[in-house]
Order: sequence, then structure tokens, then C-alpha cells
Amino acid sequence: MSKVVKLRRGLDIRLAGDPVPKLIVAGEADLYAVSPPDFEGVVPKLLVREGDKVKAGSPLFFDKNNEQVLFTSPVSGVVSEVRRGEKRKLLNVIVQSDGRGESLEFKGDVADVLLSSGLWPMVIQRPYGRIADTGVRPRDIFVSGFDSAPGAPDMNFVLGDRLDDLQKGFDVLGELGKVHLSLDSTRAGVLDKVTGVEVHRFRGPHPAGNVGVQINHINPIRRGDVVWTVDVQNVAIIGRLFRTGRLDMTRVVALSGPMVERPHYLQIVGGAQVRSFVMRSNLKTTNVRLISGNALTGTAVSHDGFVGFYSNQITALEEGNHYELLGWIAPRLDKLSVSKSYFSWLCPGKRYSLDTNLNGGERAIVVTGLWEKYLPMDIYPMHLVKACMAGNIDKMEALGIYEVLPEDFALLDFVDPSKTEVQQAVRQGINLMIKELS
Amino acid sequence: MIGRLLRSVVDRVKPPFEKGGRLGWLHSTFDAFETFLFVPDTVTKGGAHIRDAVDLKRTIFMVVVALVPALLFGMYNVGYQHFLAVGQVSDWWGCFVYGFVRVLPLILVSYIVGLGIEFAFAQKRGHEVNEGFLATGLLIPLIMPIDVPLWMVALATAFAVIIGKEVFGGTGMNVFNPALLARAFVFFSYTSFISGDRVWVRGLGKGGEYVDGFSGATPLSFLGEGSIGRFDLWDTVLGTVPGSIGETSVIAIAIGAAILLFTGVASWRVMGSVFAGGLAMGLVFNLVGGSPIMEVPFWMHPLLGGFAFGAVFMATDPVTAAQTNVGKLIVGFLIGVLCVLIRVVNPGYPEGMMLAILFMNAMAPLVDHYVVAANIRRRARR
Repeated sequence: MSKVVKLRRGLDIRLAGDPVPKLIVAGEADLYAVSPPDFEGVVPKLLVREGDKVKAGSPLFFDKNNEQVLFTSPVSGVVSEVRRGEKRKLLNVIVQSDGRGESLEFKGDVADVLLSSGLWPMVIQRPYGRIADTGVRPRDIFVSGFDSAPGAPDMNFVLGDRLDDLQKGFDVLGELGKVHLSLDSTRAGVLDKVTGVEVHRFRGPHPAGNVGVQINHINPIRRGDVVWTVDVQNVAIIGRLFRTGRLDMTRVVALSGPMVERPHYLQIVGGAQVRSFVMRSNLKTTNVRLISGNALTGTAVSHDGFVGFYSNQITALEEGNHYELLGWIAPRLDKLSVSKSYFSWLCPGKRYSLDTNLNGGERAIVVTGLWEKYLPMDIYPMHLVKACMAGNIDKMEALGIYEVLPEDFALLDFVDPSKTEVQQAVRQGINLMIKELS
Repeated sequence: MIGRLLRSVVDRVKPPFEKGGRLGWLHSTFDAFETFLFVPDTVTKGGAHIRDAVDLKRTIFMVVVALVPALLFGMYNVGYQHFLAVGQVSDWWGCFVYGFVRVLPLILVSYIVGLGIEFAFAQKRGHEVNEGFLATGLLIPLIMPIDVPLWMVALATAFAVIIGKEVFGGTGMNVFNPALLARAFVFFSYTSFISGDRVWVRGLGKGGEYVDGFSGATPLSFLGEGSIGRFDLWDTVLGTVPGSIGETSVIAIAIGAAILLFTGVASWRVMGSVFAGGLAMGLVFNLVGGSPIMEVPFWMHPLLGGFAFGAVFMATDPVTAAQTNVGKLIVGFLIGVLCVLIRVVNPGYPEGMMLAILFMNAMAPLVDHYVVAANIRRRARR
């Protein structure tokens, strides 16, 4: 039994609509897509045209920066549309499924199979959280076995019957580097049965489940280090590929959030159109924001949009596009605040139906000493973020930019009274580091 | 219901104030009033999709709430000291009304001048008007003597807001606590209006009928003799002594401190360490001894003068204090040390709180620098 790392700093946001452990298998969607904006830093170059026939695993586009990295179709069918945005930015490569479920066959060397099947993008490299460089072998590979974000899926439930896939996935990753698996010390399940990995146990509020926080406590990233991270459900998908030789992007997502009538789990195929499995009848309002991912770090999607490549969760929130009379003086019993100047401290168990209102205006940073309470790493968040804002490379490096991703700062977005966009600032800083040091 | 009615009125008035509209140059002003009435309908764009209910308005509002006990008692005490001086008897209500009438103009002047400048700057820069001055504007009168001329308050406020805050970029960017800067301005420009024995009681400096031998001296001014004059300790705790308007009552300040600490608006690290620093320095002087002022019991210092008010409301300003938690402890401690040091060692200044805080405001970035540098070294060694 390994020792438990107890984290005290952080916050479990008591958002209503946690998923109940009930799995519904969603029907086959008509449209699926792979969306280049899901992949940070990738410059896509198309390999298909509208009308081309594809199978699961057929390459759709590759990354101009690293031509070995392919992005492949999750299903068999026909490329029905290439959706572009402003400046012809590639938004989605859409495949209309033919329902036959045909896949290319893959076998051979681990890295080659991952690259050719299009699963390599599941391997994320730190620093900077981009798709792993193909030529580099990592110091360690880290997998977080739990997600602590609001409304997040319980991975032991999601992967309950997938031990074989998981074990295979971990074995495969083991050929590329030493694998660490972090588990929630308060829960037990299928992930405890995995062998051949170094298990670490964590306890504490969000962001304890963030792999970046876990790395910081297990073996921090120093200058020059390269480590990889893989999402735990993606480990199972990788395992299945190597067990069957076929690409099967089936995954389980949690449908959660205060605006979901009956929050539960859904089995879908990755990249499915959102409207194929999120029914309007299962939403409490039409004034809703759907998020691929969780309420802190996810990306807003429309009903016509597609579930993100890395998403294990769809969150539904009410849009907060309404005025509130004297809200800043009112008691606001229905709103959550970590500040005791409102009264949520009176009802510690209450679940809140939070909307997307900013709850104030953006200001210069005034309150100090608050951010530190929500980042469980030995890092001064305010100084690091200011270095990011100022574009000071040396400072960013010294203060720990290699160890963090915007997601680790998501709670700071939430708690800051000045409504500072902390995640955006960190993203900006990381992008600058990439640009200047590559 | 009222909300919807009011909203429709605002929506009807709003269009000309939009950017590019006929009154577009007043956009920031309109926005300030609109967001005062209504939390805007802005939704999150990037970053976290959900946000905490707290904003800067609420945060600053809590400071104002925490100041209310000191303000109300200050008003009462203005009347109480006045009637004591003229030898009249008045009930507490009479004292309060007298003080209320005398203090209100100071508050109005401070708010009108300060907010006027803030609005003008926000307008000029096209920013939203910042809430910071709502607290500053109340703090300024509370740390002035009651007899300070209104024009002086106006000048000091203007100085504090322009030189102290706006030239650095506004709320959140300032180096010095603006309210204290206003006081320092009066202190160095018009010293006789803010020190001595005659300014702390309403009208004492201007002749008139007073009880024979009445002195408006504050307890602090007797410290050189190792005593607190005609007062007993209970007076200083309750606050029925002459002094700046809001600083006298330790009890009222303690209520404010409780509000600030409970809501988490002020840092317990700063507040606690200021008291710790003051007590420690007092203790050192007690141990050294040698003169009456050095032998003033160390636990008395925090009960006198502006120590408590400064520790609770001034030193804890999150912008001008240190930003790191370790830095907050160090800066707070040194404020306490310096305050007592100035009181005891410098015969020219009976009170040291203002200068101690301002000095440490200037030093706070340096302290932070070393704290962060230590973090960088620790991280590099891992």
C-alpha cells in the first residue's frame, strides 16, 4: 500500500447534477467529426476531400509541424463536409457514418500503431501539454485514475468492465516508459486491479485529480524533463486497439450539470454529434450552454457541434444572460461563493445550480493571498500568472511554467473577485514559451 | 417586479450612452451607475464557465460594512468630546446627532472629490469605474481630526487619488494606501491642523467657551511621561478619548476586524502579525527600560492611538501589503515594530502607525521579491 498524498488546497464546487451510475447506450449518430481546434498547437493539413470513403482509422488530416501524427476517422462512412471558420480555419472534418463499423487493421510496433491508427494524439507531453513529440522518449508516463472536476465521471464506473483493455493499454504504454497511475484513496474499483504500474494515492478536493498536480507531488517536471500523460479512458481505448487490431473509439461520457433533467452516463463513439445523444427533452431549459468537458475547463459546443477528442463529459449550464437587481448587495442564497461575504457557508451540503453569468465586472487584480488556496502545488500562482501576462520568459520558467497547464488554474478563474481570466493568461504564457524556445 | 420596471427604464435611457452614441463619452459613468443597480448580463467567454458570486463590489462593500461600527462610534465620540469640553450634559443621542452633523460634511467632501476624479479618469481611459474608492472615501474622514478644514480634505483626497493611485494605473496598481497618503499629505503640508492638543475636539482650536483647564490632548501625547494622562484604560478601549474620528474605539474596530476576518476580506496574517510586531517591540523596550516611555507596558500600545485602526483597516489593504503569504507575515510584523519604535524613540511624532504602514507599503515589493526568490531557489534545488 503506497502512502496517501493528502492535498488540502483546492475546492470541490458543489454544482448540481452529478451523474447517477446508470449507463445508457446511445444510438448510432449520423455524423461524426474530428475537430482540429481540439488539438493545441496542431496545424492541420487535409488528406481527404468531401465525398471520400473512409473506414475507422483512415487518416483525415495530419499535423504540418509533425507529419507523422495522423488524425483518423472514428467510424466508417463518407467524408460529408469540411467545415471552416474565419480565415478558412479548419473547424471540423465531418464523416457521415455508414453504420457498418468497418475498421482498418493495425499491428506492429507500439509507436507505429499508435501513430498510424490516430491514437498518438491521446499521448500528451509536458511541459506545455501538447501532443507528444514522436522522436522523444519520456522520463515517466502519468495517468490520473480519477477526475475531481464538478460533475465529472467516476472512472471506476466508466471503466468497470474494461479491465482487459485497461491492462493491455497500461502494458503497451509500459513499453514506452515507466507508468504511474494515481488513484483516489477514498474509492476502490477496477483501477485497483491494474498491475505493472506504480500506483500513487491522492486525497483532497479538486484539482487533486488533475494529472499536473499529481506529477508535482510524485516527481516534478524540471527543466529539460519530458513526461507524458494519457487520459485513463484513452488508455483503455489504446488497449482495445492492441487487443483487437481494430480501431474502436467507443467511450463513455457523463452527461451532467444543473440543467440536465436526468444526469447519467452515455456510451457513445468519440466525435459523435452532440444532438445524437443529448436530447432536448433531457434539458431543463432551452437557454442552455452545452460544454464538451467540465464546467471549469471545457469548451462550449452547440447541439450541432461534436464531442471533443479528449472529453469524458458533457455539461449543461443555464446561460446567465440576465440582469440581477442589486445582486452585489443582496444575500444571494442561491449562489455559491467561497467568500463568506455571501451565505453559502451556512449550507455546506447544498448543491448549486450555477449559471454562466460572470457575476460582476472585470477589474485589476486586487485581492491577494486568495489564489494560493486553490493551487495545491509549490508555485506562486499570482507571480507566475503576472509573468505570463508580462511575457517574461525567464520568470515564467523560474516560477514553474513547465509544470502547469491552464486547467490547473481553472479554480482561480472561478474564485477571483476581479474576474481575471487566469486560464487564458496561462495559455498565453505557454504559447509564448513554445514560440520563443522552439 | 420593481426590478423589471427599473430595468425597462434603464434599457430605455441606455442607448445614447453606448460607445459611439451621442453621450458615448459618458459611457463609464453610465456603466458605473448601471452596474451599481444591476449585476450585468455578461456571461463567461473563455476560461471557467461558472464563476463565484463574489465580485469586487461585494468585497469593497464588506470593508465599508466593517467600518460602520467605527464610523458610528466616531460620530458619537465627536459629540461626546465636544460636550465634555464645553461642560454641557448631553445624552448619547444628542452626542451622536452633534457628531453626525459634523462628520457628514467630511465624508461627503471625500466621496465627491474622490469619486469625481475616479469617474473622470475611468471616462478618459474608457475603463469601468473601479470600486476601490468606496472604501478609501470612508477611510479618509475616519483618520482625520474632526476640526480639519473641508478644503484640506478635498485637497488631500485629490492628491491621494491622483498621485497615489491613478498615476500608477488605478485601483490594484497603487504602491501606497491612498487613504493614508491623504493623511500624510495633510500631516506634512498642514502639520498644525493634524497634530497637537487642540485639533481632536470639535471647535477647541477656534476659541469659544470651554471648561477651564480642559485639554484636548490624546492619551498618546502623555506617553512620554509613561502614562496616558487623565484617561483610564477603559476609556481607550471603549473609545471615549480624543483622537482621529474613527480610531479611538478598540471595541468598534474589533467588531470591524471580526467582520473582515470572518468574510476573509482581510488577511489574518497581516492583521495578526501587526499586533504581534507591536507587542514584541513594546516588550523589548520594557526589557531594556530606562525611560518612562520605554516602560509603558507593552500590551498598552495596541490599545492607543491609531494602532488598532491601522492594523485592521490599513495594513490589511491587499494591494499595498505584501502579496505572498510569508511576505504578509513579515510586512505586518515590521509595521507593528516600526509603529512602536516611532512612538517610543522619536519625540517629534507621538504616533507612528501612519508612517510605519506607508514605509512598509514601499518595502512590501522588496519583501515579496525575496520570498519569491526563495521559492525559485527551492524549486530549482528539487
